[in-house]
Amino acid sequence: MASYNTSEFRAGLKIILDGDPYTIVENEFVKPGKGQAFNRTRVRNLKTGRVIEKTFKSGDSVEAADVVDTDMQYLYTDGEMWHFMVPDTFEQYAADAAAVGDNAKWLKEQDMCVVTLWNGVPLDIAPPNHVTLKVVETDPGLRGDTSSGGSKPAKLETGAVVKVPLFVNEGEVIKVDTRTGEYISRVKE
Amino acid sequence: MTENLWQPSASIEVLKLRAALLQQVRDFFAARAVLEVETPLASRAAITEPNLDSAEVRLPGIATPFYLHTSPEFFMKRLLAAGSGDIWQACKVFRGAEHGRLHNPEFTMIEWYRLGFDHHALMDEVAALLRTLLPELEEGDERLSYAEAFRRYAGLDPFEAETAELAALVQGFGLDPAGLDRDALLDAIASHKVYPQLGHGRVAFVHAFPASQAALARLDDDDPRCARRFEAFVAGMELANGFHELLDAQEQRRRFMLENERRRERGLPVMPVDEHLLAALEAGMPDCAGVALGFDRVVMLAAGRDALHEVISFDFDRI
Repeated sequence: MASYNTSEFRAGLKIILDGDPYTIVENEFVKPGKGQAFNRTRVRNLKTGRVIEKTFKSGDSVEAADVVDTDMQYLYTDGEMWHFMVPDTFEQYAADAAAVGDNAKWLKEQDMCVVTLWNGVPLDIAPPNHVTLKVVETDPGLRGDTSSGGSKPAKLETGAVVKVPLFVNEGEVIKVDTRTGEYISRVKE
Repeated sequence: MTENLWQPSASIEVLKLRAALLQQVRDFFAARAVLEVETPLASRAAITEPNLDSAEVRLPGIATPFYLHTSPEFFMKRLLAAGSGDIWQACKVFRGAEHGRLHNPEFTMIEWYRLGFDHHALMDEVAALLRTLLPELEEGDERLSYAEAFRRYAGLDPFEAETAELAALVQGFGLDPAGLDRDALLDAIASHKVYPQLGHGRVAFVHAFPASQAALARLDDDDPRCARRFEAFVAGMELANGFHELLDAQEQRRRFMLENERRRERGLPVMPVDEHLLAALEAGMPDCAGVALGFDRVVMLAAGRDALHEVISFDFDRI
């Protein structure tokens, strides 16, 4: 089984602790001049997102987590699972609600996503930073008002609700930043 | 994006400050009539301390290995036994696998020995040198025994507490106590809870370390559980380690053997004991106290930087 020695520790390294996959967020080597050395770390649980403090005796080894990020195309959801495909190989993977989480609201069929696989099973998914989605529901726009100013909620085709400028109308397509959930611009189809 | 790794890790401005600080160290010792010496970096013998890894080097054509020193202590003590009087030096030392924000496997040490000083007299001098190099430090210094420091910042007595209590505390840092002996548990608590609290505003000293953590120091006359070892701290960082030196050759040999035994238990290489040092102690070393100061960390504080590589011309990643 692959493992990492504490001397290989760095931010971003994926390891297994108590059966769960973690990523190292911070690593600091501490050692009293004449004493035992330790690696003091902060690690994020890749299943729960929770960050905890963990200290290792320097020189110890920790099991490596088989965690890889893979670009995949989002295909569809059957209501229970979200299905993705690796374009080159046509290999398909099904992610459950725990893996997809809140990001379900940004998933549009055909879009390319990053799927984090742990032992070949989707653990987490990241939608594209920018998605273009159709507005399916919003209050009528104010004719002629194309300046910035007020905003209003708009429901998008994937179910996400974002704040948009008053001039955006139903049926229009907009670009949204999925990291912040903020409207960027209208898109001409 | 890629850094130019041919370039120094410290700025030229910091290197100028570093040179000025080293000149101040020279002036400090010159004013006190302490002789500057140079001693070999490589030796056929090595320190037996289980927590210090000596780098092994080979010279072409010579079958036996040499070891790069982790401190110039043994050679300097041989000079003292030979009648050198007070001595100091600035030199490079090497410690295996110590690499991080505050560690570089090769670093610069200022080490000195003072005849007729005990550990408290030497603490006075360490504080004076640190105040010279770091003038923002307040006058005076704080001195806590190891037990007082632990009681104050970790809420336990390091000599009296049950080992199970120490183990429970380190579990709070997410550290598995399995396989850690009592001294290693104390080191973990010191690194997480105690040392970061020390030396904010003025120099702090911790002294009266457990005898098990001071193989080269003499024991305290009043409390034989403790040794006459001290450490200096500024801004939560360990800067110096000193001893009222052990003079007894037989006791020193016994401790070296004990350390090598601990190395064997841990599966570490057993180191060749320095017979020349033991012979020098046998011949008679004058009563003295000695200390080693990590110069790079002092430069880091003076330059207001927060990582060692910023004050070392070429750090470990660029050699």
